[in-house]
Amino acid sequence: MTITTEPQRATQPAKPPATRRRRSGVADRGANRLFRYLTTGSGVLILIALAAVAGFLLWQAWPAFTTGSDELATKVSFLQGEGSLLAYLGPLVFGTVLAAVLALAIATPLAIGIALFTSHYAPRRLAQVLGYVVDLLAAIPSVVYGLWGALVLAPLVQPIWGWVSDVLGWIPLFAGPAADPARVLLTVAVILAVMILPIITAVTREVFLQTPKLHEEAALALGATRWEMIRTAVLPFGRSGIVSAAMLGLGRALGETMAVVMILSPGLTYSFALLLAGKQQTIAANIALKYPEANELGMSTLMATGLALFVITMVVNMLSRWIVARRKDFSGAN
Amino acid sequence: MAATTAGPSSGGARPAGHDTVRALLRTVDTKRRRRDRTMTVLMYVAFGVAVLPLVSLLWTVVSRGIGRFDVAFLTHSMRGVFGGMDAGGVYHAILGTVIVTLGAAIISVPIGVLAAIYLVEYGPGHRLARAVTFFVDVMTGIPSIVAGLFAYALFVLFFGPGVHFGLMGSVALSVLMVPVVVRSTEEMLKLVPNELREAAYALGVPKWLTIVKVVLRTAVAGITTGIMLAVSRVVGETAPLLLTVGVADSINGNPFEGRMMTLPVYVYRQFSSGLVPCNNPNVACIPTINYDRAWSAALTLILIVMLLNLVARLVSRIFAPKLRG
Amino acid sequence: MAQRIDVKDLNIYYGDFLAVEGVGMAIEPRTVTAFIGPSGCGKSTFLRTLNRMHEVIPGATVQGTVEMEGVDLYGADVDPVAVRRQIGMVFQRPNPFPTMSIAENVLAGVRLVNKKISKSDAQDLVERSLTGANLWNEVKDRLDKPGSGLSGGQQQRLCIARAIAVKPQVLLMDEPCSALDPISTLAIEDLISELKQDYTIVIVTHNMQQAARVSDRTAFFNIAGTGKPGKLIEIDETATMFSAPKEQATEDYISGRFG
Repeated sequence: MTITTEPQRATQPAKPPATRRRRSGVADRGANRLFRYLTTGSGVLILIALAAVAGFLLWQAWPAFTTGSDELATKVSFLQGEGSLLAYLGPLVFGTVLAAVLALAIATPLAIGIALFTSHYAPRRLAQVLGYVVDLLAAIPSVVYGLWGALVLAPLVQPIWGWVSDVLGWIPLFAGPAADPARVLLTVAVILAVMILPIITAVTREVFLQTPKLHEEAALALGATRWEMIRTAVLPFGRSGIVSAAMLGLGRALGETMAVVMILSPGLTYSFALLLAGKQQTIAANIALKYPEANELGMSTLMATGLALFVITMVVNMLSRWIVARRKDFSGAN
Repeated sequence: MAATTAGPSSGGARPAGHDTVRALLRTVDTKRRRRDRTMTVLMYVAFGVAVLPLVSLLWTVVSRGIGRFDVAFLTHSMRGVFGGMDAGGVYHAILGTVIVTLGAAIISVPIGVLAAIYLVEYGPGHRLARAVTFFVDVMTGIPSIVAGLFAYALFVLFFGPGVHFGLMGSVALSVLMVPVVVRSTEEMLKLVPNELREAAYALGVPKWLTIVKVVLRTAVAGITTGIMLAVSRVVGETAPLLLTVGVADSINGNPFEGRMMTLPVYVYRQFSSGLVPCNNPNVACIPTINYDRAWSAALTLILIVMLLNLVARLVSRIFAPKLRG
Repeated sequence: MAQRIDVKDLNIYYGDFLAVEGVGMAIEPRTVTAFIGPSGCGKSTFLRTLNRMHEVIPGATVQGTVEMEGVDLYGADVDPVAVRRQIGMVFQRPNPFPTMSIAENVLAGVRLVNKKISKSDAQDLVERSLTGANLWNEVKDRLDKPGSGLSGGQQQRLCIARAIAVKPQVLLMDEPCSALDPISTLAIEDLISELKQDYTIVIVTHNMQQAARVSDRTAFFNIAGTGKPGKLIEIDETATMFSAPKEQATEDYISGRFG
């Protein structure tokens, strides 16, 4: 019943000691060397592939950068004879970020709630069931979410949006009248929130489960209620984990295509009106929609927008990984 | 001694006796307790909110999809189907999905598994390995549409603009699948106890044989599970296939030539075809036929994904080696 | 004032498993009571039932009564949160909250009840509690630094300061020195001797010398074998326990014949 510190040491991951490699390096000939080259080559290939993704996008997008904006505007049908590449890209980036941030704002508190529920509230059996439910949510293809969002959710939320615009219409975000059918950004944000819920929940749950029992018990022994214990011990410990989970979710939401294509009635403006149709569009959805009608230069334009999306998601993901990595350094001491 | 300053005696008159102790122990800060209760309720609400969309989605897909989900639907293509005709199926799309996904698996499984072997068996302490780990993580975040654009750009280089065939889709999906395979394989290889490796070295088995015969053999169930989960992830991808493989109404079994239908794209295509105007009373016509097919195809897709998930979990449960005990 | 605790016929369960059986004892106010016994004999489990920390573990329950000045801690109208407020606890390993500074750690318990504690009151309380834990002189210049930067012994004294900051009646210590070096151990033992002037102290220890040094009364727990419940063998004045125990098992354990 007394807990010693021994088992902690025993659960260290079985990493091969660094010296072993050097020792095997001596006898590294023939098949051994071939195999090492093969595996190392695969690792390098992944790096090359990632560089190629960036490289090919840039290469294909290049004409759109170098062509003058007048020529671009006349040759590319969906530029509608006006504006430069940047003027086209701007509203798209705006719409993409707005939709993703909204989705994140909806999903993060929910995900934290669900994660806390599974880690600290639910009885074990129920927590397990909920784990499966979350996995299941993650496994459903985005096109099915799109189908459900367009044919079930949108009609369902339309009256709610109508009510929101009636009551809160004075806030520019909810300016009415709410569009019918509800092919608006708020509906998209709700669907995206459902889609990124699993990843955020899964990551935060892991972090919450790692909260040292020591700290939880310290809080309880001071006379904290369960919620106060969570506030004092669990949430501060998991803060960076929550942030990085949210960033991962943001990355997903930024790049989601089909659900947006199938629900949103697109428009290219810098509008915050979430309940009006034809106001915003996201990069990914725009590519999927405009791709069939694009000529060569049009394709370049789309590639340029794709490159922008690639860069945005890369930055978001790197940031989240960086936060996770930094957190590992911190928690190593405890 | 001097330390009495922090003692309870300095906190004023302290109670001593039954009633005061009882009062102390019964003191409940109603505000704090109410807050605790509220948060508990909120947690349960969050749980309900998470389950709600899932139940609604699964219910809708099953209830609306089951009507057309029959043998005819699964064994016919959309060739020659138009208007509100009570016909058409997903055979060509299932075939396309199988071929394209299989292609993606053939490309990404060797690369992913070998790279994971590198990371676990050769990598530790190397800068290259750290770079690979980092960029594999970053790669998991590539938007699927960007993967599609990449595949398109790659093949345009060789075949010129407007090219569409199955292999392009496989390449696009590989970009999405490789990082998942690397990640899961890495986890599995790390679980193999070091004693096994050392036992093999002690017997004079060369390193590469040790990895192939001992390490991989031990981890094979877990790796298989990881691969199947990775497949189930990409099998539902739509956007990259829309860009690369395109759409088709007929059966095409050749991944190297011509457009191909895939299941997710089929769902999207049927959805975007919308309602059919039925004006001629003499022709059999179902206004919602496209939506009906979309739901049935969605049901087919979900069943495939669930099946892959289920089999993956079964594999890991049945064939997992007993590492402990 | 420090309060007395009376335990009657206490059975402790984990699910269906009976972990500790039939404990009855009186813990006198303003004394140090030490629990000794071999590993797994239920002394820590029993300690945790004294402030209802036991029930934090899912499936853990108790039968019997634990009374503080005649009030049953497990009575229907008693709030476990209030119990833990009156009966503080110090754990085996020092566990200051890593995200909080030294001062914030001391105030952690008080802030739960009184969010709007004034700055001067807070400073006052921090100083008093840290002084009470013999730590003030060592940390007074770095109160805003993280508590995890202190040495193990200092961290443990910080945890004691945190526990006494909420002004409990009783202080429970679960092997407070087992993760510390000898010098830190000595500092904690000195502190315990000082604290007993104001608090009822119960300490679980693996170290019989420690029990002999710091405690006034000693209770010996034993277990008949794995899967069997732990039991209280005897409790008496520490001097008596170590010189002339009544039970053979106690003598065997104390003289080092097992455990």
